[in-house]
Amino acid sequence: MNQEIKVMVNGEKRKIEVKPTDILLDVLRNKLGLKSPKCGCGRGDCGTCTVLINGKSVKSCLVLGIEVDGQEVTTLEGLMDNGLLRVQEKMLEGNSFQCGFCAPGFIVMSHELLEENPGPTKEEIKEAMAGNLCRCTGYTPILEAIEKTCGCKE
Amino acid sequence: MTIINDFDYVRPTNLKEVFKLLNQNKSAMLLAGGTDLIGNLKEEVIKPKLLIDIKNIKGLNKIKYAKNELLIGALVTFDDLIHSQVILNKCPVVMEMAKTVASKAIRNRATMVGNICSAVPCMDSGAILMVYDARIVISDGKNEWDEPVKKWFKGPRKTILKKNQMVMGIKLPIPKGDHSGVYMKLGRYKGEDLAQATCAVVLSKKEGIKISFGSVAPTPVRALSIEKFLKNNELNEQTVNEIKKLVEKEISPIDDIRASKEYRMHMVKIMLERSLVIAKERLVNPAPAYGISHL
Repeated sequence: MNQEIKVMVNGEKRKIEVKPTDILLDVLRNKLGLKSPKCGCGRGDCGTCTVLINGKSVKSCLVLGIEVDGQEVTTLEGLMDNGLLRVQEKMLEGNSFQCGFCAPGFIVMSHELLEENPGPTKEEIKEAMAGNLCRCTGYTPILEAIEKTCGCKE
Repeated sequence: MTIINDFDYVRPTNLKEVFKLLNQNKSAMLLAGGTDLIGNLKEEVIKPKLLIDIKNIKGLNKIKYAKNELLIGALVTFDDLIHSQVILNKCPVVMEMAKTVASKAIRNRATMVGNICSAVPCMDSGAILMVYDARIVISDGKNEWDEPVKKWFKGPRKTILKKNQMVMGIKLPIPKGDHSGVYMKLGRYKGEDLAQATCAVVLSKKEGIKISFGSVAPTPVRALSIEKFLKNNELNEQTVNEIKKLVEKEISPIDDIRASKEYRMHMVKIMLERSLVIAKERLVNPAPAYGISHL
């Protein structure tokens, strides 16, 4: 049975009809047309579905749509309201991605990291990115772009 | 991946409503972080008719310290544990454990109480709770009582919790006087992985040493024989071999996709030896710092 939920999505009040069984990731992609979060593994291992709920990162494949009733959800589209983020510019410069499927997850995670901790060490960056998988690059160019964004040395 | 089996969803704002719903619906399940539950729903491991989301219940997300005891509420996430000043002051080893749980986006959601309710053998919090003689606070809506953690786990994915009951929180008695702790988790690689084996040691001047292992038996194990041995013996080059022999009697690791039983057995011995050394160092010095990997 459909139920109406009210969610603040990327700064906009939205009313959405969802079934209790609908996964947040599917609601975002199929009902709201927000295609940046992607389904990689569907079980919380790969991180390409990462979005923010009330500013905190979650794997949207492990959240029910109905759970975010009354909450604030931000996807990469919302973070990019004022154009590219600094970390994205560094990623572009360093050619951080190849296929790009994992990119939204990495960008959302690095945004959260830099909000919580503007000067992370290399180790802290690695730790924050540990839940995101990239099968193309071997991670180095992604981590380097984040390091350049915050000017971190060691 | 979609969820095939239909269920209803409610998000009550008070406990009275939660217990009323639990009593009315035999196949109802409680939902907190959902990082295990929703995976299980997708894989049809569970087929509840009703999900009761407890995230709107006030007061369950607190970490409190009173009378030498730490109370961790049912909605406290692993990320909360990492950033709690109370945890850092009273038992930083809980933070050390929380840091090894999955990855940031899971820790933002997953709760410690959920972790022990799922009771998967490779859970991260099991060994820590055993080593602190934690007590699980259970309520059925009428009464609230504590159960010792050693009674809590019945087997893989099995606990003593009944359908009409809910875990309100976890109590950790903190040893009086100075104490130190160590938590080690062995994974296949640094970064997000389930545990192949875990080891927790707590050392206090007054209460001596306590040792526990996780992911190497159907439920977390408290190594009482080793604790007893260490009461009368110091850790040194001679006794370390006797301790390692005792480890073989305490744990029963299995072969699975993540490791062989021989590897687990071998590594637990090394993890224990290292943990004992670090616990002793930490009792006098703040080093090695809490929250970094020792493997």
